[in-house]
Amino acid sequence: MGTIMGSTAIIFRRELAAYFSTPLAYVFIVIFLVMNGIFTFDLGGFFIRGQADLQPFFNFHPWLYLFMIPALAMGLWADERKSGTIELLMTLPIRLRDAVIGKFLAAWVLSGIALLLTFPIWLTVNYLGSPDNGVILAGYIGSWLMAGGFLAIGSCMSALTRNAVVAFILTVAICFMFVASGSPIVLNAFSGWAPQILSDAIAALSFLTHFDAISKGVLDIRDMLFFAAVISAWLLASAIVIEIKKAN
Amino acid sequence: MIEISHITRKFEHFTAVDDLSFTVAEGEVLGFLGPNGAGKSTTMKIITGFLAPTSGRVTIDGHDIAHDPIAAKSLIGYLPEGAPSYPDMTVRDFLEFIAEIRGFSGNEKQHRVNKVISDVGLDDVSLQTIETLSKGFKRRVGLAQAILHDPKVLILDEPTDGLDPNQKHQVRQLIRNLAKDKIVIVSTHILEEVSAVCSRAIIIARGKIVADGTPAELEARAPADFQTEQQIAPGRLEAFFRSVTEQGAV
Repeated sequence: MGTIMGSTAIIFRRELAAYFSTPLAYVFIVIFLVMNGIFTFDLGGFFIRGQADLQPFFNFHPWLYLFMIPALAMGLWADERKSGTIELLMTLPIRLRDAVIGKFLAAWVLSGIALLLTFPIWLTVNYLGSPDNGVILAGYIGSWLMAGGFLAIGSCMSALTRNAVVAFILTVAICFMFVASGSPIVLNAFSGWAPQILSDAIAALSFLTHFDAISKGVLDIRDMLFFAAVISAWLLASAIVIEIKKAN
Repeated sequence: MIEISHITRKFEHFTAVDDLSFTVAEGEVLGFLGPNGAGKSTTMKIITGFLAPTSGRVTIDGHDIAHDPIAAKSLIGYLPEGAPSYPDMTVRDFLEFIAEIRGFSGNEKQHRVNKVISDVGLDDVSLQTIETLSKGFKRRVGLAQAILHDPKVLILDEPTDGLDPNQKHQVRQLIRNLAKDKIVIVSTHILEEVSAVCSRAIIIARGKIVADGTPAELEARAPADFQTEQQIAPGRLEAFFRSVTEQGAV
């Protein structure tokens, strides 16, 4: 077949267009921006701190993503199974990989668009002071990578069920574990009695630990590899789950 | 040619397809008959590569659906049961998506999509989203995506289920027109459909083949005491219904 565009690209385009053909994309973007505004300027004390950086903005992203990203991912596969289109998709001459990656990329790009639209916050901080824009860029990259991690988990949970709401709840639960495992509450609970290596291992799995490092401007290749590995592993898991469960 | 050899599909508590073997050659329109739950849909899902059989193999023109799925699937046009499609898309966008996946682009893509839209009579609704369409139009969208690439093998799972007699007639007409030098497999539980479009019929029950022959042969094998007044009545009734309700009829 003389495919000009790869199947992944065709599926990506369809999925991205599908987000924008329903209110989902717009609702997601607007809520994301509003929440970011509230978190940064109000709860984050952006002005009170008197520092020219975006730490209060990025600090809330793990928690914001925790309930926003699952909404983006919940329909990825659950809707295909519910409407029966999975049978159509899987009998077209494409590889399962193309569909898994194409769908994931569409959701990831949408989250990237929402993230880019927070640029007024960046303009504000540059107007008020002279921040280190390299650190801010690193923060944006880290935030987007973390969104990808959440989405890949969401893709797998969405493949597990034909009910999008169930997929949403499962995704929030799994993502919460990945975020909270690096939070002081969990780490303090372990630090009293558990061997250091165990609490280190738990912290190493946490999105929070890796994201904090990146958002402070330390673009360590290991932190980037961590998110790349998380995304790959969960997408692979998605493909396996789809293969097993598509018949049900 | 499609070769199905010794396929079996077991689910947790039952065997949906039980050691099924048959071949279908070019030019044949095979009616795949059986009561609900006989294993028709499961067999079609296996032939199209959606489900893997527990054992056995399927080849489409020599391409094994399990080992060479892309080549095999390129040869097939498939209408799954219920004609699923993406409800938020317009008819045209949906068909363009299918055309791109099937490897068409530019003018060729536009040409294919335009042709199939007029072939199945979707011109009036091509810019509507699929969710707004009636059941008959949705079924036609499903047919359109299946025939868009002029496939060598056409597999239609209950293409006329839930349609009114006019729509049934149109779909059958379409299948008859498409059938030349293709392999067509049509599943149905409506018997008169078989005599209307098929050159051969296979009846399956509980996952096994119980009869295989031309519709006339199968009819001749019916025991005399089974020939009730139903044999004549529905055909006539349907013809009458069509003659009084179809557009353009006198």
